[in-house]
Amino acid sequence: MKLFYGFLSGLIFGIGIAISGMINPAKVLNFLDVAGAWDPSLALVMGGAVIVTFIGYRLAWRREAPLVGGRFQLPTSTEIDSKLIGGSALFGIGWGIAGFCPGAAIPALGTGRWEVALFIVAVVAGFFLRRIIGALPGARLPQ
Amino acid sequence: MDTLFTPFASFGGGLLIGTGAVMLMLGLGRIFGATGILSGIFFFETRDEMAWRLAVVAGMILAPVLIFAVTGAMPALTVPVSPAMIVLGGVIVGLGTSLGSGCTSGHGVCGLSRLSVRSMVAVPIFMATAAITVFLIRHVIGG
Repeated sequence: MKLFYGFLSGLIFGIGIAISGMINPAKVLNFLDVAGAWDPSLALVMGGAVIVTFIGYRLAWRREAPLVGGRFQLPTSTEIDSKLIGGSALFGIGWGIAGFCPGAAIPALGTGRWEVALFIVAVVAGFFLRRIIGALPGARLPQ
Repeated sequence: MDTLFTPFASFGGGLLIGTGAVMLMLGLGRIFGATGILSGIFFFETRDEMAWRLAVVAGMILAPVLIFAVTGAMPALTVPVSPAMIVLGGVIVGLGTSLGSGCTSGHGVCGLSRLSVRSMVAVPIFMATAAITVFLIRHVIGG
């Protein structure tokens, strides 16, 4: 059941990414290009997603536990540190360069375009790079 | 390249993205963060933890295939940047999201809906650096 709920969540999320236009880097970059060919569509994507999630999460949390058991696992950290700020700043820079973010690129893989696969490989390389940097002697970043 | 303003498709797609995020919380008690889900396939503690993430990713990838099966057309996807930029952007996205613990889905959709303080810091930062990056590339360097 766990895998079924996971699969269905991913499928619905992915259909949303495709219909909304988030899947298309040309549209994403135009959304970010406020001084040029600005296409404000994607603000509505975020708006629609947050409305449903804000309400839906609160309804879900009325239950004692998730449908398949276990418990609700939510991040508890409230620390605003340099990793959060620097990491988020870097993410935005990469997003602006490539036009893809991970949540849009994973469904985009299904279109079979090689550029998307190239992006995903690069993102995963970035994950490993972060591990390598964190493991260097004298690195201030905890692993 | 201009893209059309698509308020209804984008808002509707956003509603579906939120529905997928709520389903994962209701079913498995987990945050729908694409970065965490993707990196959790490579760095995991138990096989079970890896399996549900793989199921989410499989659902996401199949979304455009399902759309193709129903409508006969893949969702529009234009990549207006070079392969070198895709690789550069991808590595920075991977590094930044793993440092900052989230991206557009984890911090944007799920974090804002939870009223997470860290996400309320992360989202304006990555939106700003993304817009600045696109401005520099399109209007300063490329202009």
